Amino acid sequence: MDLSLNDLLSILSATIRLSTPLIFAAMAGIFSERSGVVDISLEGKLLAGAFAAASVAAVTGSAWLGLGAAILTGMALSLVHGFASITHKGDQVVSGVAINIIVSGLTVVLGIAWFHRAGQTPTLPSSARFMSIKLPGADAISQVPFLGEIYTKLISGHNLLVYLAFVCVGLTYWILFKTRFGLRLRAVGENPKAVDTAGISVDFLRYRAILIGGILTGIGGTYISIAQNASFTRDMSAGQGYIALAAMIFGKWKPTPAMLSCFLFGFLEALSMRLQGVVVPFLGEVPVQLIQAGPYILTVVLLAGFVGRAIAPKADGVPYIKER
Amino acid sequence: MSDVAIELKGISKSFGSVQANKNVDLKIYKGTIHGVVGENGAGKSTLMSILYGFYEADSGEIYVDGKETAIHNSTDAIRAGIGMVHQHFMLVENFTVLENIILGAESGMMLSHSIAKAKSEVKKLEQNYGLYIDLNARIDTIPVGQQQRVETIKALYRGAKVLILDEPTGVLTPQEAEQLFDILRALKKQGTTIVIITHKLREIMNLTDNVSVMRNGEIVANLKTSQTSKEELAELMVGRSIRMEIDKSPAKPGEILLEVKKLGLTDAHGVRRLDNLNFNVRAGEIVGVAGVSGNGQGELLEVLAGMRTCTEGEVKISSVAITPSLATNPKKIREAGIAHVPEDRLKRGLIPQFSASESSILGYHNSPAYNGMILTKTGAIRRHCVDIMERFDVRPQNPDIKSANFSGGNQQKLILAREMDRSPKVLLVGQPTRGVDIGAIEFIHKQIVAMRDEGSAVLLVSGELDELLSLSNRIIVMFDGKIVGEVDAKDADEKSLGLMMTNSHEGASV
Repeated sequence: MDLSLNDLLSILSATIRLSTPLIFAAMAGIFSERSGVVDISLEGKLLAGAFAAASVAAVTGSAWLGLGAAILTGMALSLVHGFASITHKGDQVVSGVAINIIVSGLTVVLGIAWFHRAGQTPTLPSSARFMSIKLPGADAISQVPFLGEIYTKLISGHNLLVYLAFVCVGLTYWILFKTRFGLRLRAVGENPKAVDTAGISVDFLRYRAILIGGILTGIGGTYISIAQNASFTRDMSAGQGYIALAAMIFGKWKPTPAMLSCFLFGFLEALSMRLQGVVVPFLGEVPVQLIQAGPYILTVVLLAGFVGRAIAPKADGVPYIKER
Repeated sequence: MSDVAIELKGISKSFGSVQANKNVDLKIYKGTIHGVVGENGAGKSTLMSILYGFYEADSGEIYVDGKETAIHNSTDAIRAGIGMVHQHFMLVENFTVLENIILGAESGMMLSHSIAKAKSEVKKLEQNYGLYIDLNARIDTIPVGQQQRVETIKALYRGAKVLILDEPTGVLTPQEAEQLFDILRALKKQGTTIVIITHKLREIMNLTDNVSVMRNGEIVANLKTSQTSKEELAELMVGRSIRMEIDKSPAKPGEILLEVKKLGLTDAHGVRRLDNLNFNVRAGEIVGVAGVSGNGQGELLEVLAGMRTCTEGEVKISSVAITPSLATNPKKIREAGIAHVPEDRLKRGLIPQFSASESSILGYHNSPAYNGMILTKTGAIRRHCVDIMERFDVRPQNPDIKSANFSGGNQQKLILAREMDRSPKVLLVGQPTRGVDIGAIEFIHKQIVAMRDEGSAVLLVSGELDELLSLSNRIIVMFDGKIVGEVDAKDADEKSLGLMMTNSHEGASV
């Protein structure tokens, strides 16, 4: 197959679009796990966010209200996770899985009850979605060879949330490594006792970290249902929360590497869309199923240790129990 | 203003049914160094944790500078000017020294400002007290002595007027400990009040002004250090008189039972753990191995116990030969009459979740004495456990209690009992009295000497120089995987061993 610049740009542009929810969820995971709380409920929070955004946007006709509802939903689920695993020192994985299961079922039940469409929400008009925006000057320089094409086709033309994802990565880095809150957050994920003896509340810090995670997954969920798509469909997050978790680990709990591994997963998915039906020399037509399984196979391969040992925050997954 | 920095009145604290502190009254005078001594479990650490707000007392009052002060958490303690150097350092290992110092005492939302401020403040501390430290080093790359210094700086940076140190010298070499004492004396001179918790009486004698002795959660004596003695303190701690010296007849070394030739070990990362070791141990003698922990003593024990295969050289131990090509395993080693008391008793000596009777046969669990055709002989195992508990004075004498619920000393006695019960030809012992209280130490020492007298060859690895000096016939000193010296215990003292352990004659300074 021949790849023109145009093809390449469209694959890369799709990569960015497909990576966006992963980036939000991966940054949420970084906040949560850097503070010592394993957050497997990223998946459930994405899905709940997607449902809340689509429902509220359908009822009110406002994408922004949808976004707000999704953020609140994400935060509410974070509080549930925190109540079980921070306040009551429960097992963080169990609490996370419970949230995923509840959300998977509850979104369908509520969808049927509210919209009577077999769990789907009504298809939204453009006015109730986040639509792609043209960056200034995109038309003007579109005729400039190469650079102009890159600007118009790759950089411009995404929706607002895509750009927000990039801002989030920078913001995450800045918060974690340049602020007092970030220093304490990283410390509490490594050695909560040190934080406690320094006179800082471990629980309150962890709650704040997972609430930030709730906000970010809410935005990610919004993107899935009312930016990337025009309605909510059942289980539409399709494991992206787990893939984000894998990307976060592959990125060693650091914002920029995590973003890059989100791109890797996004790229693979974009490629798989592109490759469907394409005849590859010597192999013939690659089965669609195999191509679609690509990102998931990559997840397993990466996590199986092909990338060198990923060192998690030391207290990750360990509830902090203070003797009294 | 009063001359009392801290006063505790009627402090009581219990954990479940265990009363850790009973109605404790304590006065600590300003600008003094006050020692708190007691056996493990006497309640020293609990008392200090209450003062630092890590625990809350069930009853009682705390007066700081003459004013009653409520200390609910560490924040309150820090605000009251109390700082603590914990026994297990409260440091974030993958942070730099500077990040650890400012954690929780930042000056503003942004780190850049805190960092600039901390740098200049720490410079002052360095100059005033000789607390030198590389601020940009990561905690996990600096030695424990330096890590402890970071803890001290952390406390002072938060404006501590009273500094509590919990067992500060447990992890230090004698030279590092001496440096720490110099720093503490400098702090005292500038008006800081210091409370030091320890069970090492020598340190109490040469450092403190006043000393309080705790036993069973109570303070049993408050003394002026200048008016007491080690012997008196030891007696007060245990509640009966204690012999500081071990009574032993001269050794009668016999045939060589353990012979090590050119032994070398390179680990998976290519690091030389053991390098060209040569020594032997004869029947009826105790050979001590001294060294700062992490200089190959642990690996040596592992190779001899069959837990690890050496990469060079050969070992003849009882009837077994160990070479790189002739790998062995702990089972073969045990069958050849070699017993091993591991350094880390909770990880390797017993299984904390198992009952005492189950732990009492570990390593010998395949013996027909404990096994029927299909089932284990529970009755025989329990009887065996009760029997060795009786002979080795393990308390409580109940084979059904979880191993984890015995005190450190009694766990250690149980392990020693298990290993000594079969009169081994060679006995490998690692850190027999680490975290064990004085009463039990005396008993354990007697047992080790008794094994020697029965004709066992004993190899004793220990971080306690007192112990090595009083038990061993010869002492070999390890540094960086090599043997850097072998001395007769009669001719050695702490100072000369300490210098060898740090290889200081080569000008190494910490």
